[in-house]
Amino acid sequence: MNTDDSSWWPMGDGVLCNAASQTYPSCNTFTHALSFFNKIEGSQATARQTAELLRSVISQQRVPYTNQAGALIDAVKAIGEQLIAANPVELAVGNIVRRVLHIIREEDLSLTTAAIGGLNLSAVSDDENDDDRDGDSTLSAAAVAAAARSTLRPPSLQTLLEDTPVSAAVPQTSSSGGDSEGKSKFSFTAADKSSRSRKLKHDVIEAVNELIQDIVTCHEQIAEQAVEHIHQNEVILTLGSSRTVLEFLFAAKEKKRSFRVFVAEGAPRYQGHLLAKELVARGLQTTLITDSAVFAMISRVNMVIVGAHAVMANGGVIAPVGMNLVALAAQKHAVPFVVLAGSHKLCPLYPHNPEVLLNELRSPSELLDFGEFSDCMDFGSGSGSPLLHVVNPAFDYVPPKLVSLFITDAGGHNPSYMYRLIADYYSADDLVVQRRATAGN
Amino acid sequence: MDSRRSSRAVIDPKVRQVGFFTSAPLPPDRTQSDPPDPIRSPPLADASSPGNSLSPVMIPPPRHPSDSLLRLPHSPSDAFPPPSPTTTTTSLGDFSDDVTAASSPPPAAARVRGRGSSVKQQGAASSFPGGGFEVPPSVKAPSSVPASGLTTVSVVKLPPGISVEVQSDRALNSKPLKEKTSKAERRAIQEAQRAAKAAAKAEGIKTPAVTALANAKSAKSTKPSPQRNDSAVVVAASEKKGGDRSVEKDRKKDVPHPRMQYDDKSRVQKLKKRSVVKPTEARNRVELFRHLPQYEHGTQLPVLQSKFFQLDTLHPAVYKVGLQYLSGDICGGNARCIAMLQAFQEAIRDYSTPPAKTLSRDLTAKISSYVSFLIDCRPLSVSMGNAIRFLKSQIAKIPISLSESEAKATLHSDIERFINEKIILADRVIVKHAVTKIRDGDVLLTYGSSSAVEMILQHAHELGKQFRVVIVDSRPKHEGKLLLRRLVRKGLSCTYTHINAISYIMHEVTRVFLGASSVLSNGTVYSRVGTACVAMVAYGFHIPVLVCCEAYKFHERVQLDSICSNELGDPDSISKVPGREDINHLDGWDKSENLQLLNLIYDATPSDYVSLIITDYGMIPPTSVPVIVREYGRGQLWI
Repeated sequence: MNTDDSSWWPMGDGVLCNAASQTYPSCNTFTHALSFFNKIEGSQATARQTAELLRSVISQQRVPYTNQAGALIDAVKAIGEQLIAANPVELAVGNIVRRVLHIIREEDLSLTTAAIGGLNLSAVSDDENDDDRDGDSTLSAAAVAAAARSTLRPPSLQTLLEDTPVSAAVPQTSSSGGDSEGKSKFSFTAADKSSRSRKLKHDVIEAVNELIQDIVTCHEQIAEQAVEHIHQNEVILTLGSSRTVLEFLFAAKEKKRSFRVFVAEGAPRYQGHLLAKELVARGLQTTLITDSAVFAMISRVNMVIVGAHAVMANGGVIAPVGMNLVALAAQKHAVPFVVLAGSHKLCPLYPHNPEVLLNELRSPSELLDFGEFSDCMDFGSGSGSPLLHVVNPAFDYVPPKLVSLFITDAGGHNPSYMYRLIADYYSADDLVVQRRATAGN
Repeated sequence: MDSRRSSRAVIDPKVRQVGFFTSAPLPPDRTQSDPPDPIRSPPLADASSPGNSLSPVMIPPPRHPSDSLLRLPHSPSDAFPPPSPTTTTTSLGDFSDDVTAASSPPPAAARVRGRGSSVKQQGAASSFPGGGFEVPPSVKAPSSVPASGLTTVSVVKLPPGISVEVQSDRALNSKPLKEKTSKAERRAIQEAQRAAKAAAKAEGIKTPAVTALANAKSAKSTKPSPQRNDSAVVVAASEKKGGDRSVEKDRKKDVPHPRMQYDDKSRVQKLKKRSVVKPTEARNRVELFRHLPQYEHGTQLPVLQSKFFQLDTLHPAVYKVGLQYLSGDICGGNARCIAMLQAFQEAIRDYSTPPAKTLSRDLTAKISSYVSFLIDCRPLSVSMGNAIRFLKSQIAKIPISLSESEAKATLHSDIERFINEKIILADRVIVKHAVTKIRDGDVLLTYGSSSAVEMILQHAHELGKQFRVVIVDSRPKHEGKLLLRRLVRKGLSCTYTHINAISYIMHEVTRVFLGASSVLSNGTVYSRVGTACVAMVAYGFHIPVLVCCEAYKFHERVQLDSICSNELGDPDSISKVPGREDINHLDGWDKSENLQLLNLIYDATPSDYVSLIITDYGMIPPTSVPVIVREYGRGQLWI
């Protein structure tokens, strides 16, 4: 599935470098790498690099005393916008940008909560309060974020009903970091402010580190679940090549399960050949078939396991071209269609006209040899429109009704549940990165 | 004859009533016919009805007790079931109800339908009573079987009897019916026949008339125990025996031979001994396809070439065609079939009967050896199989009195006619039909390269229709490229893509035209691999799928999946991607035991994906394929 390649298209406009990117030279190189070179292959690698880049942006960002979170968010958004523009088809970039934004918001929120809590508990001794919060920070950022989430969520029915003091604090903090800072500023001394600003940055970077860790280990976490889904003598079909799928199958193989794999080659990239080679090297019984034979063979298949390019909020999947064919065939024969996707592939957007908007048309040379057909190219060119068109899309959209199960690093989920999973990872404010950013600029 | 016609006019409405209006008109009918004639019992009239009920035209001539001697046999045999007439009538009523409403005994229903259509096609309803009449005992036989079976579960035995009847009417069309009988049923028939034969021998009966008498006798003897089905079956079968012998034989011959299964070791050994080409087994055979030949590709050609002078039994023309199959120079159902027939034409032209042999036998053997050579080169397509069957039947039909040169001339013109009528003309008719389905502004999708579809597109373009063509192609053959080139040359606007992008391109498509290697009698379209994918996606997008296939490619076989019967191509063409040197992951890996490369040639498209099959007999839904197979497959047009 390589999914993953993303970085395929030369995105003509490398002249993204405006003032913002000049301040962060690494961003510029990354954008170039993303768009021009094939250096970053696979959405996992892209995601990791994006996260690392954003981490460096955050650490380099000078944080003002007031509105620290706001400054961080603006900086991340400015970079994120460029990254997304550099390769709009690689949704993992946007996902990571949004997740980092979400992390900043969460950390800010948890800090504010702690501060408010500290104020409420002991408004007298600032030192003691500081110590307490230091103790807190040893807890994992995720735990703090979770706590913050439970106490300080944007106005929900529950928070509205539960207790008034917290809900009163909510609009201040949630609307934007800047406002809350401005409002709560008066309650802190100058020394406290500096410690807080350091703290926020520190926490955010730590959380981003964790995110990177998650991205790096997502294959293993998904592969751990393999034995729960693959039994002895299973016949599995997959299309193209995906590292997640490879690890998944290999994990089952390591657990002494013996099963057979049909690999559809996945024209026009023929990644299936690569996957077949890897599987054979690891001692799995592998049969390589053409894509056209998928329908013929699927009646003898027990399960279809594929990777994805991105998982949309409605549970639909953007996957390498040909996947819809496999999914339809699987549905026809009532074969479970299982999609493996790391959490960095979960995209908070809803697909509208995904075949066209979230697709990429690739070079016709992959299908037709220009030399061979050069004589045909001229036909009809005199009359205006050429007679010969070649369509070579890179992705397919698989609607959620064709997917039986998603296996992410957070476990298995129904397509209908994906929206909830996504709500955990992203905050609603960041769904549209670009517009917010331009408005900010 | 006259008396029969007139009486038929009298009795016809009654029979029709039995068929269509089960409850109401029945009782009067019963009461009418019962009392006056104790011998001619109610089931007689009804017994012929369940089969015939739907098409009154085909009802055999009415039986009057006074009619003739021929009537006699039936009455007794029909007479035994009813201990009390009322019970039988009810059961019969139910039965005919079944037939009409739900058509629950499929063979019977199928027969009824078949007959209906055959009548339509022949347009000569009047011929039927005569046809039924020509072989009176056989017509009668089935009627007695259902009558005896009706009160018990052995109604199942109805189909065989009925199918026999059909054969007596239309001697050669019985194939599909035969298929429908289950193994148990067939065994039952066989046993009955055996018993009948024995009985007949014992009584020394030879002619139908005498058979009838004997039946009367045996029927009388069984009269005391009317409920016994066995005796009834015996009677029925003994009746059959006289007239239906040849028909039975025909039917047996018509059963499609089980195909060669390559996991049967002894047969493979035998085959190898005979075959000229000595193929080496492929190294990594795909487990799932052990029943198909999996040989090393590319080794046969040089071997064959070196053997040219040793193959004195082989006609050079056949040899040439075989090599062309092997190298892939000739592919496509029609092209292969025409090439083979023309080679046979030449072979027949140069043929001379050896002394002390008859032409029909020796030539058939010759053709068989040619065919097995061609199979060695590449498995036969269904179209070729049908053509060979046609040729053999033509050879068998040659009267011995004909001189050799005359016989050869006849065969030559027969083959010529087959090519012209069944392939060339058929394609023209298909084009004529299909063009009516193309409108201005259409976007037509086709997959691979089908000769029929290509003709359709070109013709539509010549007619000045404004449309666009989407050509979907697939590995490893890339037949679509050739089609693309030809169409673009002709000035058609084309879009080319590969099969994985089918979901992307399907949005803009308005019609899908597909070719087929064969259409099987359950409506399954057997075609180049990938056709099923295209049809499935089109079905998902609610786009009509039109399959273009000449009727000579229809086959009475049935198939549900693409595994049980298929052809495997060269596996090496999977691992290599021509023109893409960067795809070399599998270089050297194909020696690994764990890796199998599967290159399927065909797949089976389920009939629900097919909206329409365009054939030389018109445009039909896939459900009507068995009708075409039955009505046109055999005698009618290949005579």
